[in-house]
Amino acid sequence: MSTMKKSFSHLVLPLSVMALLIIINLVKGADYFRITMVNGALYGNIPNILFGASELVILSIGMTLVTASSRGQDISIGESATITSAIFVQYVLQASEVTPLTIVVAFLLSCVGGLVLGAFNGTLVSIFKVQPMVASLILFTGGRSIAFMIDGKLSPILANDISNKIGTVIPGIPIQTPIILTVVFIVLIAVVFKTTNLRLYVETVGINPNAARLNGINPKKIIFLTFLIMGFCSAVAGFIAVNKAGRHDSVNLLKLIMMDAILAVAIGGNSLGGGKFSITGSIIGAYTIEMLNRTLLRLEIEPAMIKVFKAIFIIILMVVASPVARAYFTKVLDKVRSSNKRKESIPKDAHIPTTNIAVKKEE
Amino acid sequence: MKKALSIMLILVLLGAGVLFAAGVKETAGQTKIGIVNLPPEESGYRQANVEDMNTVFSTANGYDAKQTNTGDNSEQIAAAKGYIRDGVDYLLISAANASGWDDTLKSAKDAGIKVILFDRAIDTDASNYQAAILSDMGYEGKKAVEWVLSLGLNKINLILIRGQMGSAAEIGRSAAVLEAAKAGKLNIVADGTGGDSWSLEEARKVVEAAIAAGKDFNVIYAQNDGMAQGAVQALEAAGISHGKGGKVKVIGFDFNRFALRNVQAGYWDADMQCNPRQAAEIAKWIKSGTIPSGIVYQEELLLTTDTITDELIDKWGINADPGKGVVTR
Repeated sequence: MSTMKKSFSHLVLPLSVMALLIIINLVKGADYFRITMVNGALYGNIPNILFGASELVILSIGMTLVTASSRGQDISIGESATITSAIFVQYVLQASEVTPLTIVVAFLLSCVGGLVLGAFNGTLVSIFKVQPMVASLILFTGGRSIAFMIDGKLSPILANDISNKIGTVIPGIPIQTPIILTVVFIVLIAVVFKTTNLRLYVETVGINPNAARLNGINPKKIIFLTFLIMGFCSAVAGFIAVNKAGRHDSVNLLKLIMMDAILAVAIGGNSLGGGKFSITGSIIGAYTIEMLNRTLLRLEIEPAMIKVFKAIFIIILMVVASPVARAYFTKVLDKVRSSNKRKESIPKDAHIPTTNIAVKKEE
Repeated sequence: MKKALSIMLILVLLGAGVLFAAGVKETAGQTKIGIVNLPPEESGYRQANVEDMNTVFSTANGYDAKQTNTGDNSEQIAAAKGYIRDGVDYLLISAANASGWDDTLKSAKDAGIKVILFDRAIDTDASNYQAAILSDMGYEGKKAVEWVLSLGLNKINLILIRGQMGSAAEIGRSAAVLEAAKAGKLNIVADGTGGDSWSLEEARKVVEAAIAAGKDFNVIYAQNDGMAQGAVQALEAAGISHGKGGKVKVIGFDFNRFALRNVQAGYWDADMQCNPRQAAEIAKWIKSGTIPSGIVYQEELLLTTDTITDELIDKWGINADPGKGVVTR
C-alpha cells in the first residue's frame, strides 16, 4: 500500500489539476462526457481532447527527457516539427502515386531529418556546453525559414487519400487515427523504458552529471541521446500535425507549442531543473492543457480576454496544486479527521456518565 | 608588422570591392526603385506580394530595383535611408511598424524621392508620402457580410472566427459583422479567435466548442483561409453538412488557391480577396507619370461557387494550386 502511494504521489499535482477542470466543465454542463457515433467514429468532448492534444503529448514526452537530463528546455520543437514535416510533404508530393509505402518512406525520411536536428541541438548542448535554451534558439529563429525554403516558398497541399485518413479516421475503425498513433507512441516509449536503463541514466545525469561520470555513465552521451529522442518526437508530431492540416503552412504549423510543452512538463509535477522525472505526469499535463483551452471556449470567454483567463487559470491551478498548498490541505484534513475520530469515540462511551469522565480526568 | 600587413590586405580587398561594385552599376536610362518590404516567409500573402514586386519591377521591364525584406522596423528604416542616399527615383514601403517613419519620409521628400506606401499604412502626415495603395479591410468585411445577408437564410446564426486580435485585418473584417449583429440583421452564436498565428487548430476548437454546446448555426465567417479550413474540419468530424446545398455556409478570406478550389468544388461557399498585387498598379502610375496623392484602395473580389472560374483562380489566387477538383479535408 505504502509503495503504491509513493509511486503515485508525484501524480497528485497533474491529477488534481485535471480533476479541477473536470469539475468546472461538469458544472457548466452535465453532458461533458457524452460520446456519440458520427460517421462511424466516436465523437464528443473527450475524443476531441484526445485528438487535439496528440502532437502536444508526443512533444511533451521528449521535452520531459530533455529537461531531466540537460536541466534546460528545447524551445525549437515546433520549428523542428515544421522542418521534418516539410521533408515529409516534399517526398509525398514528388511521388507519382501515393501508396502506403510512399507515406512510410516519407515518414522515415522525416524521422531522419528529426534525428539530424536533434543531433544538432544535442551536439551544441552536450559537447559545446551551450545552455539548451540558447542552443535551440538557433533553430527557433531560423527553422521556419528553412522549412519555407524546403517548401519551395509555398504552402504545399497534401490532398491524398491516405494522408486524409491519417488526419481523420480510417473507415471501420471508430477512433480517430491521430489518437491511435499517439497511443502507439506512448506504448513504444513505455516499452523502451521498461526494457532499458534509460530512466536511471537520465535521472542520474540530471541530478549530478559529475557523480554520473564517476559512476561510469557518460553525461555527454546521455544528454545527446535525449536530444535525439526529442528530434524523433518532433518528427512524429510534425507528421501528425501536417496530416491533420492537409497543408504545410511553414509559418503557423505548431507555432509556439514549446510553451505548452514546457507547461505540460511543469504541470506533470516535474522539476524544470532536471533530475527525477515522470513521463506519465507530463502526458496527463498535456491533456490537461488541451482540456483547459477547450474549457475556456466552453465558458464562452470573449476572444480578446481568452489569453488573460488562460494565464489566471494556470496560476490558480498551479497554486492550488502546489506542494505548499497541498501540505496545508493535508494538515487541515488531518485536523478534520482527528476531530471526527473524537466525535466517533464519544457515542461508544455514551453510557458512561459525563461526570465520571470529568473525575477520571482529574485523577 | 603582421598587423600592418593585415590592415593593408583589408584595405586592398575593400578597394577591390568598391571598384567591382562601381563596375556593376551601369544602369543608365532605367528607373531606380527601392523597395522596403516584409520577408516572404511571413505569410502566403507576403510571398505572393514579394514575388509580384520582383516580376513587375524587373530589369527586363526597365527597372533597376532593389528590395529589402525584413520584419524589423529599424532595419527597414536603415534600408530606406540607404536607398535615399543611393538616390532612387521611387521608394516603395510596406512598413513592419506604422510609427517611427517621420524623419525618414521627410528626408526622402527633401531629396525629391517619391514615396509610395503599399499594403500597410504609416502613421504620419499625409504630406510625407506621395500615395498609399492599400487593401481596405473594412471594405472586405462589408462585402463578405453583404454576401452573408444575401444568402436568403431564414435566420442567420453565425460563428465568427477572428484572426490576431487587434490586427488591422481582424478589426476591419470583424467590424461589419459586429455592426450587422447590432442592427439585428444577424445573430452571432459564437465569437472566437484563431489567435496570433490565425491558427487552424484554434479555429477548429472554436467550432467544436459551439457544436458541443449544442448551438444551432448556419454560417461560418472565418477571417482567413486556414481558419476556414479548420472550421470545416470540425464540421466534417461532427457530420454537419456544409458548402453548396449544405446546412452551414462557409466563407474564408485571402484567396489562397486551395481555398478557391474548395469553393469551386462546392466544399466551401465563398472566399473574399485580399489582393497582394499592388505592383502592377504602381508600375502603371510610374509609366504614365501621374501618381495619385493620398490613399488609394484596391478593388477586391468576392467569389462564390457560382461566380468562380479557372481563369480567376489562376489570375488572382495566391500560393500553391492543388489542382481542379481537389479539396483540403
